[in-house]
Amino acid sequence: MSKDPVSQTPHVVLEDLVFRRGRKLIFDGLSLTVPRGRVTTVMGPSGTGKTTLLRLIGGQLRPDSGRIWVDGEEVARLSNRRLYALRKRMGMLFQTGALLTDMNVFENVAFPLREHTRLPEELIRNLVLMKLEAVGLRGASDLSPAQLSGGMARRVALARAIALDPDMILYDEPFAGLDPITMGQIVTLIQRTNKTLGLTSVLVTHDVVEAMAISDHVVLIAEGRVMDSGTAEEVRAGASEWSQQFLGGHPDGPVPFHYPGSSYRDDLLNEAGRDRD
Amino acid sequence: MKLRFLEVSVGVFVLLGIAALFYLAIQVSNIAEYRDRDTYHVVAYFDHIGGLKVRAPVTVSGVRIGRVAQIVYDPERFQARVTLAIQAGQDYLPADTQASIFTAGLLGEQYIALEPGGDYEMLADGDEVLFTQSALVLENMIGRVLTNISGD
Amino acid sequence: MIEFLSGLGRSGLHWLAVLGRASTFLFRVLLAQDAVVRRFRLTLAEIYSVGVRSMLIIMVSGLFVGMVLGYQGYITLVNFGAAEALGGVVALSLVRELGPVVTALLFAGRAGSALTAEIGLMKTTEQLSAMEMMAVDPYRRVFAPRFFAGFLSMPLLAALFSAVGVMGGYIVGVGLLGVDSGSYFSQMQAVTDWREDVMSGVIKSIVFGFVVTWIAVFQGVDAEPTSEGISRATTQTVVVSALAVLGLDFILTGLMFGDM
Repeated sequence: MSKDPVSQTPHVVLEDLVFRRGRKLIFDGLSLTVPRGRVTTVMGPSGTGKTTLLRLIGGQLRPDSGRIWVDGEEVARLSNRRLYALRKRMGMLFQTGALLTDMNVFENVAFPLREHTRLPEELIRNLVLMKLEAVGLRGASDLSPAQLSGGMARRVALARAIALDPDMILYDEPFAGLDPITMGQIVTLIQRTNKTLGLTSVLVTHDVVEAMAISDHVVLIAEGRVMDSGTAEEVRAGASEWSQQFLGGHPDGPVPFHYPGSSYRDDLLNEAGRDRD
Repeated sequence: MKLRFLEVSVGVFVLLGIAALFYLAIQVSNIAEYRDRDTYHVVAYFDHIGGLKVRAPVTVSGVRIGRVAQIVYDPERFQARVTLAIQAGQDYLPADTQASIFTAGLLGEQYIALEPGGDYEMLADGDEVLFTQSALVLENMIGRVLTNISGD
Repeated sequence: MIEFLSGLGRSGLHWLAVLGRASTFLFRVLLAQDAVVRRFRLTLAEIYSVGVRSMLIIMVSGLFVGMVLGYQGYITLVNFGAAEALGGVVALSLVRELGPVVTALLFAGRAGSALTAEIGLMKTTEQLSAMEMMAVDPYRRVFAPRFFAGFLSMPLLAALFSAVGVMGGYIVGVGLLGVDSGSYFSQMQAVTDWREDVMSGVIKSIVFGFVVTWIAVFQGVDAEPTSEGISRATTQTVVVSALAVLGLDFILTGLMFGDM
């Protein structure tokens, strides 16, 4: 990892994070740091609360205990106004794209600009076309969100997320459910936006191969804690037994194939016994 | 163009709604009476008001000039005290005017009919109408007729 | 028995929690009402979709209700030889009761369910969440204009309903059944009081507009983010609105006209 001054202070710091949803413990003392200007990927099995993690960073949820710093500000303690100011400096890419369905593609990308700036219409038009060009969808600017494929919607959403030139983008499952070509496009886009705009990228995903390929920093989480973290090579090399199973995609290991239950033999015998009665 | 259509149609909607309210006010209800708010009140005492209600019309020669403003029972006089609100323009009622409670039609609503007398003094705000005729109560009338018949 | 009681308690708690969330929501929407003026263009668009697009169904229903009132009123009144009083009967029923109530019920079905479905869908597709992350407050951008539009539209729609209804009664009573045109309107004016009848009808419809829009928008926000959840929320909007309108109508009528 190079030692340029940008990467000196981490962009996001989570410290001893505890979060419950109802009675279920989602995070149990989670701590991690996201270096500035790099691609950080948080990986873990489905249902480990990866999306929840992004919502906590974005201030949409509040932790039960522990702290979250983004850009030196403690998210959960911010007033609404400060939180909204902070959010203008981060973009979030939702899994479904979350485009506003009552506007066309152009208006969707223009939306944050119109909401937060008083730029003249001509400038907005230029900016929007620039952002759309960056994701390769300038030609689609008149389409409505319903006419877009999943991958296209995600690219429009990316254009919208970078409309205000944020410092950081949060990607929620950017690779889920895409065909290989679209997947390749998204991977390239994430890399390109990270390089050209120099912004911090946080991905949450369970697609190991793509994520490992583009990440500078990888964090594996499971059972509410960080299992392993480091560069892709470090994680691959020094990984715990659990991480080996996850990265290698082995069906059985520390994470059992079978959902916990009474023994198979007992169940079968019991069933037989009931039939006899 | 699109915004223009939106603006115009919302404008039409609001205008129509307000027009409907005006229609209800002017054509359907009695707002005309509220226009000349200026009224003066006179009081009349009746032994029995029958089915007279607040807001019932007050007429002279069948022309409506006011309405019943208030009906209360006066425990000192053992009578019903009826306050009549009469339009300020109609200030020519002599002091010896008589107030009677009549019924419009056989089962219709009851109203107060004023019959001007010949006095030179006119009724003013707060005055009392001295001569009154109570409502006819159907049961009383029937009772009287029956006693008359049996008395023959 | 104990199971029944505990079930009762649980659903009681559930509804209390819903009421609590709905009240918090209402409070926040009311706080965000400054957006109605500042973002007038959005409000305009919502008045269009909530009010203008309900106009046709309201006016057609009003016409038919007025015509039926004219017909039924005539049949009843003519027995007492009081067919001239038809105008009063039609106007009073419309202005006091049918105008506000039927409009509110139609409004819940036409605009309320659409509001719930739209907002529920925005929630399900993470559009609301995306707005928040773009530092755009959904209360100001989405809820407040919709709430205001419903609140404003209802009294106007109810007035339209009553006015068209009066004309419907006129068409049947005067046009078809031969009631005298002059006495139709003079009887109407004799019994309908501007303040006590027309204004209390307007107040009723303002209250209904507030409640129905509140229910509709809240049901959308509170919907479970699945397609099944949205369909349930939409049904709930219509059912709860109808019950609320009829219940409130009873209470308001008692307060306004009766000595209850």
